[in-house]
Amino acid sequence: MNATQPAVSIKGLSKSFKAGVTALTGIELEVRPREFISLIGPSGCGKSTLLRIIGDLIEPSEGSVEVNGKPAHRARLDHDYGIVFQEAVLYDWRTVSKNIALPLELLKWNRERRAARVRELLELVELEGFEDNHPWQLSGGMQQRVSIARALSFDPALLLMDEPFGALDEMTRERLNLELLRIWDASGSTIVFVTHSIPEAVFLSTRVVVMSARPGRIAGIVEVDLPQPRTGRTREEPRFFELVTQVRELLAAGGAEVT
Amino acid sequence: MSYAVVQRRVLDWAPAIAVFALGIGAWQGLVTAFHVQEFLLPKPTVIAQTFWDERGMLWDAGIYTFKEALGGFALGSGLGILAALLFAAYLPLGTAFMPFAVAANAIPIIAFAPIMNDWFGLLNPFSKMAIASVLCFFPVLINTVRGLTSVDPRSIELMRSYAAGRGTVFRRGRIPASLPHLFAGLKISSVLSMIGAIVGEYFGGPITALGVTILNASSYSNFPVAWAGIMLASAFGILFYGAVALAERLTTSWDPSRRDFHTE
Repeated sequence: MNATQPAVSIKGLSKSFKAGVTALTGIELEVRPREFISLIGPSGCGKSTLLRIIGDLIEPSEGSVEVNGKPAHRARLDHDYGIVFQEAVLYDWRTVSKNIALPLELLKWNRERRAARVRELLELVELEGFEDNHPWQLSGGMQQRVSIARALSFDPALLLMDEPFGALDEMTRERLNLELLRIWDASGSTIVFVTHSIPEAVFLSTRVVVMSARPGRIAGIVEVDLPQPRTGRTREEPRFFELVTQVRELLAAGGAEVT
Repeated sequence: MSYAVVQRRVLDWAPAIAVFALGIGAWQGLVTAFHVQEFLLPKPTVIAQTFWDERGMLWDAGIYTFKEALGGFALGSGLGILAALLFAAYLPLGTAFMPFAVAANAIPIIAFAPIMNDWFGLLNPFSKMAIASVLCFFPVLINTVRGLTSVDPRSIELMRSYAAGRGTVFRRGRIPASLPHLFAGLKISSVLSMIGAIVGEYFGGPITALGVTILNASSYSNFPVAWAGIMLASAFGILFYGAVALAERLTTSWDPSRRDFHTE
């Protein structure tokens, strides 16, 4: 991977499902390395589908996706992706440590190396002391932190997050937003983040990709020029509100009902 | 387990124990009060006395039959698990065969008992194991297939995103996730295996078998022995079930659906 190569390059992408529904059409997007990109749009605009296509979990009907200069399929086999879903999707029979270590086991890391990496990650997501717990013993927010640690464990170049904080309460969500930015800064990865929340998208991202519904298209892209690092104060800046308004108007222009 | 947990467990069981004691008491009381003939229904005390007097013979018969049940359970469940793995790994195979498995489950398999005795020999314990194993096969097959195929699709997607192949997804994802379902099948089978062995023996077997003992005692109107035999057969069935349930507790303590309110 070199610095000038885009982290993600999507060209002429469309996706139709068997039932004749066109989920996405004419998607063109380039994500630079180390960017934090949010995909936002109304329900059914295909943002999760787009994320899954980038991650080579489903195939596009037309067009191409390249990740770090490789086709998405190759990138998946090269372990370029870390994925986090709305639910933590932890493996119930594995402890916290072993959930985090699963990708490393599949990568054939030896025991000592895995243990050392798991310790680092537990510290990163602030879950020291919970390594031997099983998922049912953790709160939703803690489970999601395990899921993030697992996605980061093998240092993927690209983190794909599908509404990772959507199921959490507002306070937990804001705290995890700050944590995610800290992790992003520390890990040096590129993030593509799907969300329903306009303030969340603006707060986290370097750019917000606004999508419109049926068929899903890119309605516009908002550059977020808020200073880094973002803090709790960022949400109170006038510029933050201007950007939130800008995203909201784009959503409305794209046909979304914005209240 | 803490003292509080033990106390709670005892309290949980208290109603069932009370019902048991009341039931036995009512049985004894009613049989005495209405002078019910012993060949119709012996008193619990008479059954208990008979059990004690004949303990050596009954115990040997019980062990003999339990071994048949155990053999049938191992064979039937083992084949059920193998078939389930095959059907889940090659879905077209599952689609082709599962309807027949479900339909075959509705056949009164016990009706095949005389045929099994004919095939494998009346005195050969394998004839009873065969009946028990056929009974055990279907619940294990059906539950295990369900367990292997009803895994959260996102957990499979995650493994794929780590570049895991089909084999790895099976070993690390589907098989562990199916364990609670597998145990549901094994628990049903544990009880069925004892039923299968006893019923097989009703159609003929060595006099050292529990089913034959019960049948012979009934035909000589020695009903207290028949009842003692039935009680012993039930005890073996319940203990076997309990052993499987214990194995389940030990291997699937992580299963959130089995949690009793996060107190342990």
